[in-house]
Amino acid sequence: MKTLTFSQALNTSLRSAMEHDSKVVLMGEDIGKLGGVFRITDGLQKDFGQHRVIDTPLAESGIVGTAIGLAFRGYRPVVEIQFDGFVYPAFDQIVSQLAKMHFRSRGNVKLPVTIRIPFGGGIGSPEHHSESPEAYFAHTAGLRVVSPSNPQDAYTMLQQAIADDDPVIFLEPKRRYHVRGEVDTDLVPDPGSLYNAQVVREGADLTLIAYGPLVKTAMDAAAAAQDEGIDIEVIDLRSIEPVDFVTLSASVRKTGRVVIAHEASKFGGIGAELAASLTERCFDHLDHAPVRVTGFDIPYPPSKLEHHHLPDLDRILDGVDRAMRRTGDLLGEEG
Amino acid sequence: MLTVSPTFDPKAPEGPDTYLQVISPDGTRHPCPELDEWVGDIDVPALEKLYIDMACIRRLDAEGTALQRQGELGLWAPLLGQEAAQIGSGRALENDDFIFPSYREHGVAYCRGVNPHDLLRMWRGAAPSGWNPYEVNMANQQIVIGAQTLHAAGYAMGLKFDGSAAAAITYFGDGATSQGDVSEAMVFAASYQAPLVFFCQNNHWAISEPVARQTTGHIADRAAGFGLATWRVDGNDVLAVMAATRAALAHVRTGSGPAFIEAVTYRMGAHTTADDPTRYRDALELEEWAAKDPLDRVAAHLDSLGADLGELKKRSESAADELAAGLREAITTMPDPTVDDLFAHVYSHPHQGLEEQRENYSNYLAGFAVQGQGTK
Repeated sequence: MKTLTFSQALNTSLRSAMEHDSKVVLMGEDIGKLGGVFRITDGLQKDFGQHRVIDTPLAESGIVGTAIGLAFRGYRPVVEIQFDGFVYPAFDQIVSQLAKMHFRSRGNVKLPVTIRIPFGGGIGSPEHHSESPEAYFAHTAGLRVVSPSNPQDAYTMLQQAIADDDPVIFLEPKRRYHVRGEVDTDLVPDPGSLYNAQVVREGADLTLIAYGPLVKTAMDAAAAAQDEGIDIEVIDLRSIEPVDFVTLSASVRKTGRVVIAHEASKFGGIGAELAASLTERCFDHLDHAPVRVTGFDIPYPPSKLEHHHLPDLDRILDGVDRAMRRTGDLLGEEG
Repeated sequence: MLTVSPTFDPKAPEGPDTYLQVISPDGTRHPCPELDEWVGDIDVPALEKLYIDMACIRRLDAEGTALQRQGELGLWAPLLGQEAAQIGSGRALENDDFIFPSYREHGVAYCRGVNPHDLLRMWRGAAPSGWNPYEVNMANQQIVIGAQTLHAAGYAMGLKFDGSAAAAITYFGDGATSQGDVSEAMVFAASYQAPLVFFCQNNHWAISEPVARQTTGHIADRAAGFGLATWRVDGNDVLAVMAATRAALAHVRTGSGPAFIEAVTYRMGAHTTADDPTRYRDALELEEWAAKDPLDRVAAHLDSLGADLGELKKRSESAADELAAGLREAITTMPDPTVDDLFAHVYSHPHQGLEEQRENYSNYLAGFAVQGQGTK
């Protein structure tokens, strides 16, 4: 067991995967000598060489497209997209090529490509550096989309994503890169557990679902609610696609209330999918309609305004109040 | 005076002075120092084989078009006029070389031995693609314009990392050269000196847009700007295409970086069976290119060498008949996909949500069967 930051856990995980399988190669802009803008690949090119840690031209479609070609050849590329907002030039290669090649080839071509994307806001960056693009990818059949929330999952889930024969969009909550935690690098997870949600706090009154950067905020909200006598169960979704509805439904049937929190915009977001699906599955057990606490339906704002856009502890608690039918809800979204 | 759009002339003169040629449209062979050494082994029997290949894929194309007209195929992308470009390049490849095609390379697929059943499956709508890429070293047809060039660049990078002697080749049209992916593929291939041949079939039309809408100069010149070795050849001259492809492959195999071939040819038919080229191009232009027919010039050249043309045409017709019969049989024996095919291969291992949808839909369909029994 080691104490590592989230980013150190990712670095250790990449190193471990490269040591384990010579076909694992890393690709991305500035990931070699610089070690990536967030230093996630720090020191890896020095130890594994330029053909294992590939500094690429500045061309996102090119990076993903050539990663597909390398995977076609039998490699397991791990791609780093420098920032969330820069993934869009690669959109066609991800959703029309990477996602569909296995289906297109009737299963003959496997593309075990992992695309790492530092995502989400809260670090005071300019435009295009704080976005939450998960819904685009979760909507695309053929992709799997996951997001760890703590150093142990950062290490383990990245190992699992790289080992997966399907393409995985791996969303790293960049504002949690410096969070420290215990990491067991010898942990051997169940092969399928990458796509399991995890109950990270048990409770009886309400189910609060979050992933990536907002799991910590959700835990803080649950602790604050406890002081007000509300016993919240917090679920770290971990896998955004596929969704572990077994775990989610069991919790919602137990509590009868659900709040979903994410940074991405509300309309057409993951929260909408979870709310609809949980309503379909648990309607008779619900005491209140699912409540979403999300970013607004706006372009990501200038950093001086992002604290309004990003769900924080108070906005999540306000959502909890609405789900509990407590008076004094601030947003008044129930009309 | 400022203008807001580039001036272009779709009928700008093109000819042997702007591209390399071995056999003239009238069948005359003339010296071509850049290419002759690469086809020195092509004697009369070998040239006859190339002629038969071209005749076969011309028939393949005619059958594909006819099958679409008969409602057997949902769509077909004709290759008529591009036989020399596809056979000349396809026959220059080694078995280990890997091909990343667009959707019009039926002739290249024919060279790889893709069977008719597999060739037609996608066009019939019976499957998203037809063949196992690893069995013929040729990726499935690519619909998104230019996307496959990046896959080829990545594959070629892998060949280089592996120390393989094989090369990769990617096919695309003149329209694709406007796509960012093609430029990015050239950047990546050049940056890593990957063993990749870019093969552009400049067939002059991207659906209704003339090549002059894609570029105001020669496409091959643009590739040179990326640092690629380039060949601009008469794409209706099978020997010129074969020579350039062999030369380009030899170049990339030495580790000297990627190469680019612009094969100047002409799409005589429609872009696909869904469009009507009479709406956007001049009949005179078609006549000009008909006079440059890839098969006629080989026949004329063989005639000048004393070959028995009558016997050659009998052999080619017989081979084409056999291929056409195979295509028609493939259509009659091709099973329709099943409901299970809807859900198959989306992922390489079970996916919770999809498994649930498959099961629910299966139960839904089974419900009809029970109802049907009940009404009897």
